[in-house]
Amino acid sequence: MHKLRQNLSHLYTVLFLCYLIAPLVVMSGAAFNDSKLPSIVPWKGWTGRWFVDLWNDDRMLMAFANTLWVAAAVAVISVIIGTAAAILINSISGRVRTVLYSMMIATILIPGVVIGISTMIMWTKLGGALFGPEGKPFPFVPGLHLSVLGQVSYIAAMVMLLVLARLQSFDPGLEEAALDLGASHGQVMRRILLPHLYPAIFAGGAVAFFQSIENFNVTQFTRGGADTLTVYVFSKVRSGITPTINALAFLLICVTLVLAVIYEINRRRRARIEAAREAEARRAEEMAEVTGVA
Amino acid sequence: MLRRYGPGLTLLICLLVAFWLLMLVIVPNITLFEQSFRPYLPVVEIGGPRDTYSFANYLKVLDSSVEKSLFGYSFSIPVHVYTFSLTIFYSMLVTVICFALAYPLAYYMAKIVNPKTLPTLLLMLFIPLWVSEVLRAFAWWIILAFKGPLNAMLLGIGLIDAPVRWTNMGYTGVVIGLIYTYVLFMLFPVYNAVQSLDTNQIEAAEDLGAPWWKIHWRIVLPHAKPGIASGSVMVFMLSAGSLLVPSILGSTTSQWFTQTIDQWFKDALDWNTASAYAFMLLSLCTVFVTIAMWLFKVKLSDIAK
Repeated sequence: MHKLRQNLSHLYTVLFLCYLIAPLVVMSGAAFNDSKLPSIVPWKGWTGRWFVDLWNDDRMLMAFANTLWVAAAVAVISVIIGTAAAILINSISGRVRTVLYSMMIATILIPGVVIGISTMIMWTKLGGALFGPEGKPFPFVPGLHLSVLGQVSYIAAMVMLLVLARLQSFDPGLEEAALDLGASHGQVMRRILLPHLYPAIFAGGAVAFFQSIENFNVTQFTRGGADTLTVYVFSKVRSGITPTINALAFLLICVTLVLAVIYEINRRRRARIEAAREAEARRAEEMAEVTGVA
Repeated sequence: MLRRYGPGLTLLICLLVAFWLLMLVIVPNITLFEQSFRPYLPVVEIGGPRDTYSFANYLKVLDSSVEKSLFGYSFSIPVHVYTFSLTIFYSMLVTVICFALAYPLAYYMAKIVNPKTLPTLLLMLFIPLWVSEVLRAFAWWIILAFKGPLNAMLLGIGLIDAPVRWTNMGYTGVVIGLIYTYVLFMLFPVYNAVQSLDTNQIEAAEDLGAPWWKIHWRIVLPHAKPGIASGSVMVFMLSAGSLLVPSILGSTTSQWFTQTIDQWFKDALDWNTASAYAFMLLSLCTVFVTIAMWLFKVKLSDIAK
């Protein structure tokens, strides 16, 4: 009975993985089908022309470039704000901490539609109040910079959580020691605290980057006339679908897969080195015991 | 803090956090709230005598009733209220199904799988998560198409006689798409929670003769409650706030509340009513989540773990 349940759970996991991956396979497959509608049935033969179309789609390339810029900006700003917030939360306590922390977490739960509309309204109204309704200058008009600000408002909270988790393992005594030895505040930050946080900061940056690429709701309401990849794909899906989107999806999935494989190889290598080191240590210990040195 | 980082750095940190919380969160939401009470006017009349506060935008929710029947009762209900209730209902349904799908896998990952293969499994689960949401919805658009692979497969194995119009059956397409898009947001919190359970407790219960369902009901589920709560809140809020999936996979009869907001904003260009509706979505979802958390006795700070 126990064995049966175990096998069932293996089976379930495999099915679940198929469920997650099958749609991606179908979508990639349709990129190679020589049919005007994106589908894998009926199969009309292999073609590479959707990739050529994709390459010739200037609006798409423009949207892609926009997406990368927005994502990079969101990653940089979110990392700076998120790290600052984590340090602040970590060094205060009591009621203020609870209130601030809850507010920061709550930003993750605000629906993207609300963030989008509120960001848009605030900045355009602010511009209107400062400069009158006509001819508002740069930051107060709809555009991708507002998308960046809107996205930062909740992605910063995600970075904050990652950095805060890393801060838990930080020994504040190190900072004290450095200060006692005459380091300046800037040096303590740059040489001691930040190096400890780097893994979390990089992870946070990566999360922020990908979250930003994914984002639709905030961008949709704030973008003005500009496109990002998500918005562009969305408009394509609604009006006149062509398999170029599948070609794009295939390429993005490939990039993801390559990154995942690199990560996995790296992880395995590290695990092997770790295991070798442990075995080495064990052998040394045994040797020491045998020879009676210990 | 001041002593450790000095006045300059402390000020910088506080300013950054203040910019985030004030300029990006609080003031925009206050503006949204304020705008939602103003009427939609041509530019020249803004600030004029007709620009006064009122509940008019909120009351639009009660306009234009439709006849609906439920369990044999027929009643008339304002169309936007109807949309909103259905949004909440189907978001709950999505949350429940996501939990049902994710829980066995979370348990498997935490307690059954060989720890050596776990990182690989996690990575494979992460891959769909890195693929953009719009593409995942689009993938289901292809699969569910009238002449798509799902119908072809079902016809092939003889489960159905004629192709089914999946995306034209009320909310079916939307629910399928939302589950696929958000199930991983349920999986990871539940996995984290189950993982922290001491395996000895499960073994002890087994040794004492508890049946497997009782072990789950009395030991694993209570322990995983914070994880389940945070997963549920995430999935619920994401589903209710989703605009992409309902727009791509929705049918002619499946209006999502975010789509209504989108129409006020983009089609009617009435930002004030859109604000009122967005604010309603925000506050009602908040109320809903608060009640759910109170019922399950979890705190907001548990959610972010």
